[in-house]
Amino acid sequence: MSAFRLLVLRDLRLALRQGGDAAMVVAFFVLTVILFPFGVGPEAALLSRIAAGVVWVTALLAALLSLERLFLADWEDGSLEALALMPLPLEAQVLAKCLAHWLVAGLPLIVVAPLLALLLHLDAAGYPVLLLSLLLGTPTLSLIGAVGAALSLGARRGGVLLSLLVLPLYIPVLIFGVAAVEASIGGFGARPHLLLLGALLAGALVLAPVAAAAALRQALE
Amino acid sequence: MPPSPSPDLRAQGFAGRGLACRRGERLVFAGLAFTLPPGGALALTGPNGSGKSSLLRVMAGLTPPEAGVLGWDGAEVRQDPAAHRARLHFIGHHDAVKPVLTVAETLAFWAGMRGGQAVAPALARFGLTALADWPCRLLSAGQRRRLALARLAASPAPLWLLDEPLTGLDSDAVSDLAGAIAGHRAQGGLVAYSTHAPLPLDGVATLSLTDFAARTVA
Repeated sequence: MSAFRLLVLRDLRLALRQGGDAAMVVAFFVLTVILFPFGVGPEAALLSRIAAGVVWVTALLAALLSLERLFLADWEDGSLEALALMPLPLEAQVLAKCLAHWLVAGLPLIVVAPLLALLLHLDAAGYPVLLLSLLLGTPTLSLIGAVGAALSLGARRGGVLLSLLVLPLYIPVLIFGVAAVEASIGGFGARPHLLLLGALLAGALVLAPVAAAAALRQALE
Repeated sequence: MPPSPSPDLRAQGFAGRGLACRRGERLVFAGLAFTLPPGGALALTGPNGSGKSSLLRVMAGLTPPEAGVLGWDGAEVRQDPAAHRARLHFIGHHDAVKPVLTVAETLAFWAGMRGGQAVAPALARFGLTALADWPCRLLSAGQRRRLALARLAASPAPLWLLDEPLTGLDSDAVSDLAGAIAGHRAQGGLVAYSTHAPLPLDGVATLSLTDFAARTVA
């Protein structure tokens, strides 16, 4: 078995055995979205207007929630130091860990998102594009988050620092993700926005592993 | 400007010359040199804080040296870090053991990352066969240490770097480790380790870190 696959499977196994992470992220996502009808009132027109934005902002915060642990546990128990000395380049290992993170913390969000959109009276025309935009956008969130998680290793209150580092970088993903849904509801094409989300993903796939690996090496010195 | 490789860097095996290491503001050691021929063993000694772990991390390539060069069979290590990673085992202070994975799963992962398969023999070598299906959270500190050391036997690598390998080990495990090291050296393998207690091995060169404390260098 290739070392890349082995690392993905090991991270998935750890996430499933520890159980908490995936379930916690989904529960946070659902509960936070449910708060909105209580906060702004149950008026369908208003909820429908803000549905795409609420789902996207909440998905973004939920993804952030589990990012702190991405490298922290491995760093604390010495696994990261051992991993850094494996033949598989650290950049590829970051990619493997991001893939596992996305499968555990990103994919479940996409699965429950239609239910929450229903709760918020999202216009029926928006569903396919909402899913597509999340599918293109959430891997970018994991990749950018990995850079923040690597940079905040060893910092006191790393979780807060991580949010401060990463949230500004999430803004483009949020803008184009929501814009794609709004455009499809308004009868415009969502294609340009989805293409831009794809471009962000392509950029992050190339740049984030390099940046995160450099930060990890720094943390290990 | 990098210093040119000296004669002892051209030798077979692993060598270092003019090595210095800085931790924060403090120069831990300077002007340090060592040679480790094939089949050789090097024990690093010195009081706490004298830089034994730092030297092992420099040897592994985790920490870049402040000055100096490392050589492997005559070639500078830093010119091909990937090849250096592929030829070494580094067992640090921490055991890199996950509480929720079983003993066999842990070893299979670390061996597999290096393309190794020899999980069962490695478990047997370090007396862990009976614990293979235990989750690691049930292991004692000494058993976790054995599991970390079993990585050495589960996939081959010519250079072993061991940081305080004896911590927590009972006398059986110490002789298991000594046996594994003797077998490794008989096949031309190299080992460098830091320790406060002597390992029962023959022909070990000793490097005292106190001889290279930074104050000895102007």
